[in-house]
Parts: sequence; structure tokens; C-alpha cells
Amino acid sequence: MEPLLSLNHVSKTFPVGKTLLGKPDKFVHAVNDVSFDVYKGETFSIVGESGCGKSTTGRLINHLLTPDSGEIKFLGQDISHLTQDQMRPLRKDVQMIFQDPAGSLNPRMRVEDLIAEPLLIHTDMTKEQRLETVHELLGIVGLSAKHAKRYPHEFSGGQKQRIGIARALTVKPKLIIADEPISALDVSIQAQVLNLLHHLQEKFDLTYVFISHDLSVVEMISDRIAVMYLGFVVETAPKEMLYQSPMHPYTQALLSAVPIPDPGHQKERIILEGDIPSTINLPKGCPFAARCKQCKPECLDRRPETVEVAPGHLVACHLYKK
Amino acid sequence: MSQENLLEVKHLRTEFFSSKKSSVTAVDDVNFEIKKGEIVGLVGESGCGKSVTSLSIMQLLKDTPGKVTNGEIIFQGRNLLEVSKKEMLDIRGDKMSMIFQEPMSSLNPSMRIDKQMIEGIRLHTSLNKADARKKAADILAQVGIPDPERVLKNYPHQLSGGMSQRVMIAMAMSCEPDLLIADEPTTALDVTIQAQILELMRKIQQDKGMSILLITHDLGVVAEMCSRVIVMYAGKIVEEAPVDVLFANPTHPYTQGLIASVPKLGSGVKVLPSIPGSVPDLSAMPKGCRFAPRCKYATEKCHQTEPELRSVGEQQKCRCWLKQ
Repeated sequence: MEPLLSLNHVSKTFPVGKTLLGKPDKFVHAVNDVSFDVYKGETFSIVGESGCGKSTTGRLINHLLTPDSGEIKFLGQDISHLTQDQMRPLRKDVQMIFQDPAGSLNPRMRVEDLIAEPLLIHTDMTKEQRLETVHELLGIVGLSAKHAKRYPHEFSGGQKQRIGIARALTVKPKLIIADEPISALDVSIQAQVLNLLHHLQEKFDLTYVFISHDLSVVEMISDRIAVMYLGFVVETAPKEMLYQSPMHPYTQALLSAVPIPDPGHQKERIILEGDIPSTINLPKGCPFAARCKQCKPECLDRRPETVEVAPGHLVACHLYKK
Repeated sequence: MSQENLLEVKHLRTEFFSSKKSSVTAVDDVNFEIKKGEIVGLVGESGCGKSVTSLSIMQLLKDTPGKVTNGEIIFQGRNLLEVSKKEMLDIRGDKMSMIFQEPMSSLNPSMRIDKQMIEGIRLHTSLNKADARKKAADILAQVGIPDPERVLKNYPHQLSGGMSQRVMIAMAMSCEPDLLIADEPTTALDVTIQAQILELMRKIQQDKGMSILLITHDLGVVAEMCSRVIVMYAGKIVEEAPVDVLFANPTHPYTQGLIASVPKLGSGVKVLPSIPGSVPDLSAMPKGCRFAPRCKYATEKCHQTEPELRSVGEQQKCRCWLKQ
């Protein structure tokens, strides 16, 4: 099957600091040599801790950023170096849901205008048709037509996120990038929004790229998962494989660190030492070597290659050889 | 042996005044106690009053529109609401201390770590500057900071989130308090760093035998850390139970909903049971039970009159008409 989206060796750096002549003297290596495919109808999750490059990856896919190297193919077309004008027709197919629902809605626009705006840009619907679509969408995300005339501040966090979701759905996108869509919400509201996302996927046959730091949430919603560390994808696997037999030492530590809401639950916990290193000076060898308990001399010298240890299960670690 | 109560909170009510006459009640009729050497979890969602409860105990509401308008806070036999400002200064930091959610913003950004720590230590001990600095380095080493001397010379912005939280814990621990109030201590941290910090707090608690009031919205953290749990909703306690009882047999519909709506690692479910609606606004509290508008078991009675917090088992209390 042809993937809907495919990233091949994508890297992105950001300049920091300046020399006397105004040239950048250091670079943050936010995304390094990232490759993965996303297929139609699936939920592909990117997990990792803060600063691992997961949000930057999301922004690269959505063409909010352009990669320094590598290619991003959407529906077979390389979109990584399109101009904004060339990208515009494709924007309809790739929509985004953001973490902070309050910050992503213009406080001075009514909900109906917020949701109708993509229709104004991408379709030639009449005003009545747009309004009808808005009312229909409000119903789909669990709000009602009476909410259309209100302003964002009149809604709770969960409701605002529903508005954000409705807006992403207006143009019938093929791919939705959800960047930590429930992290800012309360526990009881998180479940509501997760269930809504799941329900919408079934109803509209949507494909999600789901970006999150929360492994319990990711397990619920995903089909396949990529684990990122320091801008590298260290492991990619179907959900069952990743949770039942994590291969990369970082994935193992990450999974063991998740607190389980069950006081009777006993488990072996791997406590990692130290902090995540800076992405300005990337380690020469494996990005995880400095914190890894199974680190060998080879790990400090050479970047591990990605090997397929089982069908669809890719690991970048020197412990596993071809 | 019945253990001694370190802290008893009785009928606590805290209101926030927008003018002389109008106020909202953030915490209403809250009663609980903390025994010596116990880790008690205070759980609830944003706006349920859990942080206001802790600020009321610490008497840190002075510069806010908030005021404790009723109740008693008995700490080591003394009612904190009646002690003088000066006595409170001695208690705070020495007998009880607090760590906050945002380690970065709770440290003074323009002061080096050594100065901030020495200041706290010298306020409560008779150590001279050099000894206080030595003590600061000792405590930093105890909380697992690899190079205390270097960290002491740093400014807060030079430290990572996990490091700053370790420094905060070290500062809170510097006078070996009897009670530590930790308000969402790991919420701003990554999960692998969270595991480090929780492990550290557990170790210190066991070594020093202090009590911890752990405020969090994360039921996973509660299950791993606490021996007893208090659940708050809309400013009131709705349930209280030992941790294993609470997770095995939650009695309040809100607690049941909350536990069910958290995705559990390895459970394999695709759709979660969720609680409909959202938390009521403090200025527009429902008349009867505050959870009634979101409760699937609610009857006419629930909408009319509010239930009391009653014992429903040996150590379990619940505020619900269904259980009375």
C-alpha cells in the first residue's frame, strides 16, 4: 500500500546565537534524520519527552517549517520545498489541532466565523451553506448550533478544544496532526476529547499523526508509534509490539517510568540518571548513550543504524544487529 | 496504637473577595487530618480547591484577595489561624515547608542558588554563613545533585527543570520539616524525570519520617506514593479512603468516574468511560450536591439538598446520598 505521508531522512536545525558578523554560531539540531511512513486510516503517534523534536516534526509535516534536508512526501508528491502558494491547495488536506485550545482561537471572532474561515478560503460555498456546515460540525463535536454566536472566552477548555477540532474538520482533511491535543485539559475532560477523536476517525476515515508525551494515552489511540529522543527516532513499532516488547533501552525506561493508577501494581522501575542532553552539541555516537545502562564503547563512537528486528519493528540501537 | 495527628484541618472555609460584599467560596467545610509519617494525597481537577487548601494551611493567602473565613488549622497542637505573623514565620520553612509546581518560577531568577539556600537556612538556624553553605551543599548532594558546588554557583536559568525541582526540594528539606506540602511537584516535568523526583521524595520521607501532603491531579502518582487519599470536587471533599480501598472500591460517583476515565497502560481499551459536562463555576454552584449535574445517578433529592461527608466503611468517607 502506498503511504499517505512519508518522511525520508528529514533533518531540521535552528540557528542560535550570533557571531560578531551577525552569522549564527550554533545550531539546535531539533530533528535528525527522521524517517517514517503513515498509512491511510491509521493513527501514527510520535512520543517523547520535551525537546525531543516531536512538535517540530509535526510542524515540518504541516509545512509550517521547511526541512534542511530530506524529503516529505504527501500523496506521493514531495512537499518539502513547495512555496506557500504551491502549498495552499494542499493545506486543505492537512489540518492541525493544537495543544492550547485558548491560544489557537482568535478571541475576537465568533465561533461561527472561526469555524467557517477555512471554508471561506478553500471553497466557494455561499454564506448560508457555510453556516449550515458550521452548525452541522458543532453537532458532530458535541456542541450545538446555539454556541455558534458566542466568543471563545465563553467556553471551557474542553469545549474550546472541541471548537478547534471542528475547525480542523471543516475542509474534510485527509490528515490531521494533533499536537498534544489533550495535555492542557482536566482528567475527566481528556477522556471526552479522546473518545471524540476516536469516534471522528471511524466516522470520516481520518488519518491522525498524534503527538504526545503521555504513553497511556498514546497506547489507547495509536496503531503505530515512533519514539523520539534528542531529535532522533529511536524505535518505531506497531502498538502491541512496542508496549509488550520494547527493544530500545530508552523506550524500556520511558515505559517503566509511567505511574500506574493501581496501588497493587508491582513493577520493576528503571530510573534513568541525569537529564536529557542539549541538542546544540549532539553526541557523536548514540544519542541515548550518556544515560544508557547498557552503553558499550561502540555506542559512544558511532551512531547506531536502524534495524528491523521484527516485521514493522524498527530499532536504532547497537544492541541489535542485522 | 493510634498515631498522633500532626495536622488537623477542621471546617476550613476560604473565600476570595472581589469587593467587600461579593465573594466566591473556593474551599468549603474541609476536614481532614495528617498523621505523623504519612503521605496523604489530595486529588482533584483544576479549580477544585486543592491548591487553595494548601495555601490556607501555609497561610500564604495574605497578598491575595483570599481569606480563611471559618475553621481551624491545628498543627502540632496549635491553631495556625491564631498564631502571630512572627510565629508563623518561624513555623513556615522550619516545621512545615512547601514545594510548588513550577520549579523555575519559584526560585528567584536574579539570585544564585547558594544565596537563596543560605538565606533560608540562616533564618531558622544559628549557623554562620560558611557552615550554612556547607549544609546547603550537603543537602544538594542528598537530593542527588551530582556536582553541588557547581550548582550552588549557578543561577536558576542555568538549571534544567528536574534540577530546579531538586533544588526546591533541597530548600524545603533544609530545616528537616515535619510536614512537607508538595503542590503538583512533578506536573511540569517529563515522565523519566518525574520518576526520579518521586523516588527521591519517597526516600527522604522514609529516612526522615516526615509527613507529606501531596497535591496532584495524577491518579498514577497517587497510587504509587500515598497511603491515604482525599478527593475534592468543586471546593468540597467528596471522598476519603486508604489508597488501596479507594482504587478497589471507590464509592462516590465522581471518584468512580475519575478512576475510570484515566487510560491505564496495558488495558487495551479503545474508548474510555467519561464524565459528561465540566466542573461548575465557583460563582454559580449548583444548589444541591455539586456533582449532581454531571452525575448519572442523580435524583431529585441530589439537586435539592447537599449530602454530608459520612463514614461508609471503617476508614472510608463519602459525600453522596446514595451511600447514606
